[in-house]
Amino acid sequence: MSSMSNMPAGRMEPEPTRGGPASIGKAVKIAGQIYSREDLYVDGDVEGTIELMDHRLTIGPNGKVHAGIKAREVVALGAVQGNVEASERIEIRKDAKLVGDIKTARIVIEDGAYFKGSIDIVKAEPKVVPSQPRPQPVAATAPAAAAVASGGDAKR
Amino acid sequence: MELSLERLRGLWRGTGPPAQAPLPANGGATAGRVSRAERGETLETRQSRGLDQFFGSFRDQTGLSILDLGGARQENINFITSLGHRFYSEDFLRILQETFSDGVTDQSNPGRIDYFLRTSLDYPDEHFDGVLAWDSLEYMEPALLTATAEKLFRIVKPKGYLLAIFYAAERKQMVPCYTFRIQDPRTLQVSRQGERAASRQLFNNRSLEKLFHKFESVKFFLTRDNLREVIARK
Repeated sequence: MSSMSNMPAGRMEPEPTRGGPASIGKAVKIAGQIYSREDLYVDGDVEGTIELMDHRLTIGPNGKVHAGIKAREVVALGAVQGNVEASERIEIRKDAKLVGDIKTARIVIEDGAYFKGSIDIVKAEPKVVPSQPRPQPVAATAPAAAAVASGGDAKR
Repeated sequence: MELSLERLRGLWRGTGPPAQAPLPANGGATAGRVSRAERGETLETRQSRGLDQFFGSFRDQTGLSILDLGGARQENINFITSLGHRFYSEDFLRILQETFSDGVTDQSNPGRIDYFLRTSLDYPDEHFDGVLAWDSLEYMEPALLTATAEKLFRIVKPKGYLLAIFYAAERKQMVPCYTFRIQDPRTLQVSRQGERAASRQLFNNRSLEKLFHKFESVKFFLTRDNLREVIARK
């Protein structure tokens, strides 16, 4: 008997969740569009577009990214050529090279990093909390009602 | 099928993200590395009338385009973007070094000059409200310098400003290397580290007026530390 579960033949056991971001190794080259719903670490070559709307993208020291990038956070240790949009922040480390236009809420750039392009700081709009309804003033008939309760003198 | 999926997974597994040291709040300027003082940098904070004039002209305006030719410095990015402007960065001296690595004699080569300008100042005419050239023009020989000044004039908008800084001493073979960081609209942090070969061009008021002759006005401010600040208005 197989030590595997009793799943029907031909179906794989679901992969257990591993810690850490998804990773593209330095020997990997990808040309195309990458969409990710988790953090991504790129240490290889990527050409095209990379979108991780609510996650962090890290370009490793061996990474060469020639792509438009959209992410929550971008950390560059390698080479990036392309426009970068990071809703929260961008970090460009000491030996990194970034050529392109940046749009972000915050940027951190180390001495020694090479950057060529423009920087637009775009702060996230504060969430609008619906205001609580203001308490209405007490209705004018209330005193008459109170008078009725106390003996009806108000009616005279 | 199991084997091929395993191979596919193997392709995607790289070395994995290394443990990333968090950057300190000051932007990493001294993040666990040799400090500026330890690198032999001399730091000095001083008032700058040129800077005051430059940013004074943009007072109460936002959304301008400012080009910084000194490379991307955290302090300069923070300052300019905090004013609501778009910050453009070029590392002029690095590109100069890469383009003319053979030495100063190459700076008269028209092809090299054209390549340098296309690499470093490839912008449409009248694109910038202000340009911070710092001392980057000081390391250029006459032919390159003239072509660069011409290009800078074209990419500045009408009524736009250019700030440039020159070492005001007598003509020397070697001049100090400076890095300029903006602390506030009137104050610069100037760090000096080492020296580099000077241009054979003499930078006095007359030669600078001639260099920026196309600008509508040129003002000079001589500082106590022997720097000549030039503010040119188109």
